Amino acid sequence: MNELLRKIIEVLTLSQIWRSFFRRKHDGSKRSNVLAVVGNFFMHFHPIKIKRHAIAVRYTWCMGGFTFFMFLFLTLTGLLLMFYYHPNVRDAFWDVKDLKYNVAFGKILRNSHRWGAHLMVITVMIHMVRVFMTGSYKAPREFNWVLGVLLLLLTFLLSFTGYLLTWDQLGMWAITVGTNMARATPFIGHEGPFGEQLGMTAYNDIRFALLGGSMVGPNALIRAYIWHCVGIPLVVAFMAAVHFWRVRKDGFSGPL
Amino acid sequence: MENFLHNLLSKDNEVIVIFGFFVVAALAASFIQAITNDKRMARGEKIIELSYPDGPDGDYKIFSWPYLVRKEFLAVIMFITGLLVWGLITDAPLEEFANPNLTPNPSKAPWYFLGLQEMLVYFDPWIAGVVIPKVMVVGLMAIPYLDINPKGSGYYTLKERPFAIGTFMFGFIILWVSLITVGVFLRGPGWIIFMPWQEWDPHRVVAETNIDLTQYIGIDSKSLLGNIIGGLVFIGYFVVGVTVPYILLRKHPTVVKLGIIRYSIVAFLFVGMMGLPIKIFLKFTIHLKYIWVCGWKGIIFFNI
Repeated sequence: MNELLRKIIEVLTLSQIWRSFFRRKHDGSKRSNVLAVVGNFFMHFHPIKIKRHAIAVRYTWCMGGFTFFMFLFLTLTGLLLMFYYHPNVRDAFWDVKDLKYNVAFGKILRNSHRWGAHLMVITVMIHMVRVFMTGSYKAPREFNWVLGVLLLLLTFLLSFTGYLLTWDQLGMWAITVGTNMARATPFIGHEGPFGEQLGMTAYNDIRFALLGGSMVGPNALIRAYIWHCVGIPLVVAFMAAVHFWRVRKDGFSGPL
Repeated sequence: MENFLHNLLSKDNEVIVIFGFFVVAALAASFIQAITNDKRMARGEKIIELSYPDGPDGDYKIFSWPYLVRKEFLAVIMFITGLLVWGLITDAPLEEFANPNLTPNPSKAPWYFLGLQEMLVYFDPWIAGVVIPKVMVVGLMAIPYLDINPKGSGYYTLKERPFAIGTFMFGFIILWVSLITVGVFLRGPGWIIFMPWQEWDPHRVVAETNIDLTQYIGIDSKSLLGNIIGGLVFIGYFVVGVTVPYILLRKHPTVVKLGIIRYSIVAFLFVGMMGLPIKIFLKFTIHLKYIWVCGWKGIIFFNI
């Protein structure tokens, strides 16, 4: 029986089709371990070898990895949600209701997207605490910390823009409270210092630019939608790529 | 109490409870390991990060494939299981159709911004909503350039960097996590503090007369004299907070190594950060409204 199984596996893995997919056969040798990382598109952002302490859960708590995984998960579920969603004030709320009651698996899709978004905000903060506590921002990794702070902000903004999309009371007023701050911005907000003198009104200041209007309305919804689904994810993807690249180039932090 | 439980489990608030678990776990994990490492270093033993046995190849470095990748795979499975279970047992919140004519009381920003919303109680909107967050972000980004202590890079320790960890933890626990908690659970209608055992009564009025600093000594805070005194107190706070420690500690090796410019930035950020809890404390104890009421024809206004 074992002989037969071994034979089947051999025939399969030596076939032209299999080898065209995977490029080579994994045999558990050291050379094969190296090739598993450098010879695979999805694995190649790992180093070939890594310091022993760096893979200990007690050292990293997996928080950075979780954050990245959450980003991938939210991209996927977000894409699926976009199939069922019209970004206009007439349909948005009812589309979300539909997801709950009519769409197959729509409820778990929306629930896990929402909770996943909150989890991403949490894990990115805890990741920052971990990096601080192990002193991993010290030279030569200073710039990666700076990138990390920006990614933290972008994560807040991703979650913030997503809040409005359900077009319910919770989202609308959270966005109203959040963007009301903008009108107090010095120089470019109409209630901020020097704002009035520079000709700022409720119809041309920074808050107007954010919302596409003087209050949270249809334009604010489409702006939040574009930022949430396209704009910010693109920026985050680029910056996260640089963030990981710097981890590789600067080396994983450790006492050695 | 019923209201507290309702508040605990409503809207997105269960997220804050989970956030609390994460914070406690993170603090426990880091401080226990830091104290262990400090003890080991005092005894001359190897710290946790250096005491792992060598990998199967007799090398301290081990192959990512399979040793790292399999852990990542397991972590992803556990995480996604937890998330899907969470998504199955609780529904994401959805309130009524958005209505610009019906303002909920209280109106709250998303939970991670509630610490900043809380600042609005104590400062002008342009200071609380614009200046403070920007100083926070710039201050965070400046940390690696201000912390020149070469020790404690890549392992948990408290003894080798007490000031850095103390300051960061003060900011994170007191100014971030606890202000979020207050904003989520204690701020009720009219943005009044409601204790967990109190009903959220929208008609409750708190007779609170907040007065400016100079009014305690009978000087109008908007008068020239009041302006000068308030300004002296505010600017004096920063000047004293930055210079006095420098005079006392200027021979200290850390301060010498920092140099005057880096020292000034560190001290300014530190004193500014400490100003927030001081202002909150004074607001609640002696009902202080503003320390310095500074304004000129409504063009520039600086009430702090």
